[in-house]
Amino acid sequence: MTTLLAMDWGPLWLTMQLAGVTVVVLLALGTPLAWWLAFTKSRMRTPVEAVVALPLVLPPTVLGFYLLTAMGPHGPVGGPWKAFTGSALSFTFTGLVIASTLYSLPFVVQPLQGAFEAVGTKPMEVARSLRASRLDAFFTVASPMALRGYVSAIVLGFAHTLGEFGVVLMVGGNIPGVTKVLSIAIYDHVESLEYTQAHVLSAALLVLSFLILTIVYAINRRLPVRAA
Amino acid sequence: MRQLTARFRCDYPGVRFDIECALPLEGTTALCGVSGSGKTTLLRWIAGLPPAASGFLSFAGDVWQDDARKIFVPIERRRVGVVFQEPLLFPHLNVEDNLAYGMKRTPPSHRRIAFEQVIEMLGLAPFLQRRTQRLSGGEQRRVSIGRALLTSPQLLLMDEPLAFLDQERKREIFPFIGWLNRELGIPVVYVSHDLNEVLQLARHVVLMKRGSIAAAGPVQDIFARPDLPELAESNVVGAVLDTRIAEHEPQFGLTRVEFFGRSLFIPQQDLPVGASLRIQIPACDVSVTTDLQPASGSALNVLEATVVEIGQTPGNGHAVDVTLDAGRPLLARITRKSCQRLNLNVGQKVHAHFKAVALHS
Repeated sequence: MTTLLAMDWGPLWLTMQLAGVTVVVLLALGTPLAWWLAFTKSRMRTPVEAVVALPLVLPPTVLGFYLLTAMGPHGPVGGPWKAFTGSALSFTFTGLVIASTLYSLPFVVQPLQGAFEAVGTKPMEVARSLRASRLDAFFTVASPMALRGYVSAIVLGFAHTLGEFGVVLMVGGNIPGVTKVLSIAIYDHVESLEYTQAHVLSAALLVLSFLILTIVYAINRRLPVRAA
Repeated sequence: MRQLTARFRCDYPGVRFDIECALPLEGTTALCGVSGSGKTTLLRWIAGLPPAASGFLSFAGDVWQDDARKIFVPIERRRVGVVFQEPLLFPHLNVEDNLAYGMKRTPPSHRRIAFEQVIEMLGLAPFLQRRTQRLSGGEQRRVSIGRALLTSPQLLLMDEPLAFLDQERKREIFPFIGWLNRELGIPVVYVSHDLNEVLQLARHVVLMKRGSIAAAGPVQDIFARPDLPELAESNVVGAVLDTRIAEHEPQFGLTRVEFFGRSLFIPQQDLPVGASLRIQIPACDVSVTTDLQPASGSALNVLEATVVEIGQTPGNGHAVDVTLDAGRPLLARITRKSCQRLNLNVGQKVHAHFKAVALHS
């Protein structure tokens, strides 16, 4: 019990923040991207789909390495960023959000794309024939019909960001309160042979992930199947 | 007269569209033709739905599409109602919210049709709070028609709205389409491959064939033309007449109808005297005599007529189609042998004997 109270829970809080912000960013970016992938007839569709899926197959260290290079003070993204804001992106929370967004992209885009494809174009056509603008029809017809896809996307995106390690280590390093997330903290504890703390944090992550997934599957089961 | 003018020219794999037509904006206009002839595509272009096509489209003078001037009015601003082939109700909304979806998005100044009016006409009151998944196919269809109507459209486009419905359900919806025209003055453009349905519902017909217009005109003219294989090969070819009920003769089980001062007898109808009734005289039920003595046969309906044209029946080498002028065009399908024996010639006076059937709408 004393261990629990004496523990530094900062990494857990930071992890939740990172996962939450990442999911919000991913929904904002992933929705139009998934919509485009679901309905475009462009030839670019296949290469874009492949790019979106890359984080699934690349070792996180590869992704992390490229991101580190790009976001460093002299990198193509980090350089201009530093000129604007005065600090580079690497080893910052913002940098972590960008890295996590790319890393978790397929986990959000793929369920959304599948849901939009299942809804199809017809309900949108009906809505627009009923005087709804494109955006109105999207929010009042296509999104509610793709609700299950959204639930999956949010959960997978959140859970996947929680468990991130390699990319974070490469891009964020290990700065307490800024980039030291749960997985890094656990690694740290193990390195310094603090097995008790490692146990507590690991168990916390395990239970948390299990709870989230259980709640989501329970909700999802109760949602009516809409698309199909 | 108010018209919808459409000109579209474009190539798709397997079909080249070359469409030029002017549809009258009154009553029901049927777009018909075999599947693949492009009728649904034309309907979608009128609505402003994909596939994109280049062309020109105007509705009663308002230009909806003109690629030369880069004009394209999006569907939500065309004020058309669309009834799709499937009901496509929104599954996340109940029946009432489905019905109200378009109405809420129609400015009050444009609303000409009351919610209650549509509910009553379509008999939807018992279902309003129900989930759409719990409706039968016919009920879903009625909701989808009501939903489109509640936007008070200036044109109603229907893509086979009666497909997959049984006869009884069709009979429920038929009068409703007529009511739209009469009471609300909403013109309807209606896609159908069922020529019997077209005969009953439509005032104008556009017959499509492989991406272009094979024939267009009032239903009476189109169905009396023997030169259109789509019609000629079916049993629906024959004159169509709009008549009035003149009197009933219940002792004979007959009803006398009048058109242009002439009388015809048809099996007794359950309609009041003075009511209008569309009847058809199928070409295969018309026989021709050159003996001009009146009342010499058992047929009740005899009209004096002039032979206008004699032509080969498409798809039947042993029959000929004789176009007659009896005040209105009349079409007789007789055997080649009879034609030779009677020695029919263009311009000759004949008597046409026939049976007529009522077309209920």
